[in-house]
Amino acid sequence: MCGAKAGGPDLAGVDVASETIIQGSVTRDGEPVNGYVRLLDEGGEFTAEVPTSATGQFRFFAAPGTWTLRALVPGATVDRVVAAQQGAVAEVAIAV
Amino acid sequence: MSRSDVLVSADWVQDHLDDPKVVVVEVDEDTAAYDKNHIRNAVRIDWKKDLQDPVRRDFVDQAGFEALLSAKGIANDDTVVLYGGNNNWFASYAFWYFKLYGHGDVRLLDGGRKKWELDSRDLVDGSAVPERAATEYKAQAQDTSIRAFRDDVVAAIGAKNLVDVRSPDEFSGRLLAPAHLPQEQSQRPGHVPSARNIPWSKNANDDGTFKSDEELKALYEEENVDLSKDTIAYCRIGERSALTWFVLHQLLGQTNVKNYDGSWTEYGSLVGVPIELGSN
Repeated sequence: MCGAKAGGPDLAGVDVASETIIQGSVTRDGEPVNGYVRLLDEGGEFTAEVPTSATGQFRFFAAPGTWTLRALVPGATVDRVVAAQQGAVAEVAIAV
Repeated sequence: MSRSDVLVSADWVQDHLDDPKVVVVEVDEDTAAYDKNHIRNAVRIDWKKDLQDPVRRDFVDQAGFEALLSAKGIANDDTVVLYGGNNNWFASYAFWYFKLYGHGDVRLLDGGRKKWELDSRDLVDGSAVPERAATEYKAQAQDTSIRAFRDDVVAAIGAKNLVDVRSPDEFSGRLLAPAHLPQEQSQRPGHVPSARNIPWSKNANDDGTFKSDEELKALYEEENVDLSKDTIAYCRIGERSALTWFVLHQLLGQTNVKNYDGSWTEYGSLVGVPIELGSN
């Protein structure tokens, strides 16, 4: 297993200008964690969920606005609020 | 039919991993997940490659389904236990698909791959593929009492229950796909007029397990879904609505419920049909 990488997955091939991207990584003591990240809307409703990659990374294609990321890993659940805008990449590092 | 006939716990699966009449099948949105690791003795069905016609947009036909299950070593009298990632979206889709072709005993692993992983249960390396002798599987003709087509949906506007199980942002037209997918799509955003937005996620706990029958019944009652009327569930491509179909048809025992697998990618591309924007 390679170590955690700073930031979210590589953006090569992604049309960043037209998308509203939220991405990042989930770590425990600096090491990547295999688990899940959910994206909740402003009302707290589920919008999407992805498993983290081998390097602990995740990415969502959202819409402009305020969202909550919820990391679910064995033994822990951690929430982070994030503001997203079109054409920008919101990077979120989640330590659990 | 009761909940235990169609839904099994991780402990139950653990106890039946070596039972030759129980076939555990992984069906994942990420069709490569099985190659990374999977539950021991599980076989894979690829929802794209194995379950869709390679040319036109439709399912494999009856003979194709027979050939698939025969090659996977699944017999008509086997108990099939489906599981997958993303809260069993595609495992639910496969469950509905197995029922469409009349398989007798098919069940879902409650919580799917996520619950299994969050429990820190064992997974074997992706290369560990079980050997199962081929069978001569016989499927039945499609049971269209559980499958809705586009004309059924148009005719249901204002007349039957339409349950849109996508996220509120997809329902209102802000997003065109679940937010883990790129948003550039050809179809128009919005929803079928008169549809109620009851996201699939309201059926499940955070760990992917289904809520209790009492909680599920209360959910649909609170959303004013008159279950005495016929119901059509839809989403974007029919996998999340298969999960809601599972809840209504299999857990709550409502026989008059169909899944519209054409879903928004078909409806939102039709010329001339009515579309509504905004939230419930």
